[in-house]
Amino acid sequence: MAQTPAVALEFTHVAKRLGSRWVLRDVNFTLARGETAVVLGPNGAGKTTLLKLAARTWTPSHGNIRWFGGEAAESEGDVRIGYLGHASFLYRALSGLENLEFYARLYGLKRPRASAEAALERVGLTAFRFEPVRRYSRGMEQRCAIARAFLASPDLLLLDEPYTSLDLQATGVLDELVRGTTGRGGAALVITHQLHEAERLGDRTAILWQGRIVRSAESGEFAALAAAYRTLFERREHDGA
Amino acid sequence: MPRWRPLIGPCLNAVSTMGRKFWAIIGKDLRLEFRGKDIWVTMAAFVIMVALLFGLAINPYTTHLGPVFPGILWLSFLFAGMLAVGRGFEHEAENDALLGLMAAPGDRLSIFAAKLVMAFLFMFSVDLVLSPIVFAFMDQPLAGSLGLYVLVLALGSLGFVSVGTLFGAMAAQTRAAQVLIPVMLAPFAGPVVIFGVQATGAVLHVSSTSSGPWPWIYALIAYDVIFLALPLLLYDYVWEV
Repeated sequence: MAQTPAVALEFTHVAKRLGSRWVLRDVNFTLARGETAVVLGPNGAGKTTLLKLAARTWTPSHGNIRWFGGEAAESEGDVRIGYLGHASFLYRALSGLENLEFYARLYGLKRPRASAEAALERVGLTAFRFEPVRRYSRGMEQRCAIARAFLASPDLLLLDEPYTSLDLQATGVLDELVRGTTGRGGAALVITHQLHEAERLGDRTAILWQGRIVRSAESGEFAALAAAYRTLFERREHDGA
Repeated sequence: MPRWRPLIGPCLNAVSTMGRKFWAIIGKDLRLEFRGKDIWVTMAAFVIMVALLFGLAINPYTTHLGPVFPGILWLSFLFAGMLAVGRGFEHEAENDALLGLMAAPGDRLSIFAAKLVMAFLFMFSVDLVLSPIVFAFMDQPLAGSLGLYVLVLALGSLGFVSVGTLFGAMAAQTRAAQVLIPVMLAPFAGPVVIFGVQATGAVLHVSSTSSGPWPWIYALIAYDVIFLALPLLLYDYVWEV
């Protein structure tokens, strides 16, 4: 019987160039099953680019990325990856239910309608399922986007600033969904620029600074990492001044 | 067992995933268009306005339009076609939905093919519905084979949207998509204008050429084959422009 690979995601010497600028340089990390890793970094550090590469929507200019121990077919997404991007990926003219039903079809789920209903129920949007997304508040839209990302019960979560606009209840729901995924052997890679979120979520945290991972630490060493992160900002402000 | 036998399963799987993605996008786009209706009204109004303006400028009741009429007809349709190809990726720009499609399982060819088919359906149906109106505005009889006229419209529209969809995919990632598409498309639309106008002139018996419509129809077929094949080679590179 084939063994399940212990590593969900592996970056080896990955670099990404956009136009003439190297957005990521020599990024190396592995994300094990059952683990939640957080990438901290300021705006423009390359966090979203890193996530787009991990989601297979972009290809690296250099280096190698492996998912679940294997290479991916080029230009193809994977139903085992749940990607919550900076934007919601939702169509504003369609209702929450129609949006999720569409994505359920894209993911090849057997009962798209039932899956969409269940996903909306998980995030507390059942009462608003027939409302067009354009009538949703920012927080409701983010909830619906979370429902979309978790629709196919993915094994690898890629979450870009997932707590933006969420209220306390929705934050709890998302925490529970992430814990549920890692608890059953999945993995999560979370992007944030908030130290408190990184501390709360991460088994391991890395700082992405100007396209490079400059430091990483286990959860027990978070205080030292946070101090180093603050120092980087202070040095930048000092250099800028 | 032949060595290629193990390849059949994955290939069929890939084709089935692509087909599923293609039909899901077509279904979603049709739902969005029938819900919005604005593009149908805009395209129809656009064709009628262009024909009306040509009519006002030339006055078809005092001028013998004859050989010029196919040119007026095709320019009206191509202007509407530009709206159709721009429209294809407009929905996906909202909330970064294109990224959601790219992250879903299935080759990106299915996204491209769905957008091409939608643009063709738009342009061809507008051509068909508005042809009698443009003929009436320009006081032109439909002399000649109706079947050949429809064939020329279909081939011309297909060639135009195939190259247009490629540029649409490239421009989708830019902020100035609505400006870029017509600028990039105009030089490549030249052959469609020439072949379409000449073929239509020959079908309507208003052209000075004695060779009949078929050489121009074959030229349109050749153009369609080239510009359907070219995007198939290039589409994978356009998403990160």
